[in-house]
Amino acid sequence: MSGFVRGSVGYNDLGLPGMWTRRIGKDVYEVFIGPQHPGSGHTRIIIWVDGDIIVDSEIDMGYVHRTMEKLSEGRQWIKAIPLFERMAIHDACNVTLPYVRAVEKLLDVEPPERASYLRVLLCEINRIAAFLYGFGIFGVFLGHSTMYMWPFGDREVWVELAEWLTGARLTHTYPVFGGVRRDVPAGFTDALRKAIRYMRRRLEDYRKIFVDNPVIRSRLEGVGVIPKKIAVELGITGPNLRASGVEYDVRMNHPYEVYDRLDFEIPVFEEGDAYARVLQRVEEIKQSLRILEQVADWLDKHEKTPIMAEKFWKTAPPLYKKVFQEQGRVKLPATFAIMKVPAGKAYERGETARGEISYYVESNGANKPYRVRIHSPSARNAIVFKYILPGHRVMDLPAIYGSIDYFPPEADR
Amino acid sequence: MNAQELVERIKAVLGDTVKKIEVHKGEDYIEVEVDKDSIIDAARKMKEFGFDHVHDLTVVDYMKEGYFRVIYNLGSYTVKELSYFIVGLAYNIPRDNPQTVSLTRVYTTAEFQEREAFEGFGVIFEGHPDLKPLLLAPPVAEQRPLRKDFIVKEEPEIKR
Repeated sequence: MSGFVRGSVGYNDLGLPGMWTRRIGKDVYEVFIGPQHPGSGHTRIIIWVDGDIIVDSEIDMGYVHRTMEKLSEGRQWIKAIPLFERMAIHDACNVTLPYVRAVEKLLDVEPPERASYLRVLLCEINRIAAFLYGFGIFGVFLGHSTMYMWPFGDREVWVELAEWLTGARLTHTYPVFGGVRRDVPAGFTDALRKAIRYMRRRLEDYRKIFVDNPVIRSRLEGVGVIPKKIAVELGITGPNLRASGVEYDVRMNHPYEVYDRLDFEIPVFEEGDAYARVLQRVEEIKQSLRILEQVADWLDKHEKTPIMAEKFWKTAPPLYKKVFQEQGRVKLPATFAIMKVPAGKAYERGETARGEISYYVESNGANKPYRVRIHSPSARNAIVFKYILPGHRVMDLPAIYGSIDYFPPEADR
Repeated sequence: MNAQELVERIKAVLGDTVKKIEVHKGEDYIEVEVDKDSIIDAARKMKEFGFDHVHDLTVVDYMKEGYFRVIYNLGSYTVKELSYFIVGLAYNIPRDNPQTVSLTRVYTTAEFQEREAFEGFGVIFEGHPDLKPLLLAPPVAEQRPLRKDFIVKEEPEIKR
């Protein structure tokens, strides 16, 4: 394996962590950013600069790679769910839902209607929490400390709601094959409506202090432009794709759960620059709030019906059934641990906060997957750092990196 | 458009190169097996047809049968009626000589994904501009950890 990474000297010989530079030509310097850099997260961006201009760039990822695809081959089907949600712990429902749905396809199981609504409920709560997390990190990048503090504080509202619903702040393992683990607690929809009102007010505050801030605008406008054609060619995904003018969202183009029954729009911006990507995320939070309102209405109007497919809990012991019927809580019966999935292949995708995640699941009829291939949104967006950075100033790098909302644990899997 | 109509249209687009077409559960995933030698040609035709990006590149190791199955799962951003579907362009290569051609000339998207298939399974994509491991450190990547005969000592549950 000769000729590994062009910037692999740090890996092989010098072993110095962090940021260092090396002179390549008369005027070109090689600059290593990360993986311990406070901004870049657990990834390394290597740039070659001529003066202040980036002439070439590369991303060296994999610092938080946890071999999920391999590990899942040694786990029972159900145990892969808590494994996969480690990709993006604050976006756990969105990340694991396509896996659950792929296995449901192989099992020929449909979740009950109420379970579908509850899945959408947590998906949208997760989505807002993940966007706010992204905004916070973006604030750090731009040296805007208020925009770091505020979204992180407001994220707590959504994390608390998720905790109330599922019992865990993060890594909820909420959707399981055939349904969800818990029904909504009493008084939940009122709290949800309050949170929605609060968030709408806060978005207005964000606009005043961050989005319309002339300093922020001058840092972001016209920076990191990804034209529509290039965005498609690079196959980037999520809000970044839609900010470049491509109207594509899995929730619309391949509707899953009850998204086709809900009334919402897919915002699209044409500019494709870092500022458009910020506006895109603000608009998407608004749409998520709209979806949550409709889900809250539905939950208020409908009686508590089963949240788990009949197939799974009819064989459960009487005590389990009692808990299930009286408390709306699923204590997973042993069926899940010994479950064998019929042989076959399934492909399923879903829209997470950062973009489209897809699972290729293959079973050979055993109690463990034969092969699970995950392609996460950040892994698909990583290619941007190779093709979009050159030509920009070093100062623009944090603005572009933050606006892409790249999340290393999710990219590395 | 439903899956059967799309199958007919793919047959018309790809012509003789198609060896087998299979619609998987859910009616939204179509696997098209083509000949290894005609993969670039088939990919070009699919791109013209509207599948504009590689959604995901999957390699599956069938150790007992002695081959790898390389599946380029293609998706469409720009053609709305196609965007509901994923089409897996698949072919088999022998396990002991996993040489094949890179699709980066057709799909820029494939670049990072082929690097991932290279490090996990050791599939050599000829014509790739920069074939090197993506996530793994070189000594680990040398062992091709995603192959079925790679044993993880700490995880005895992972069977071949």
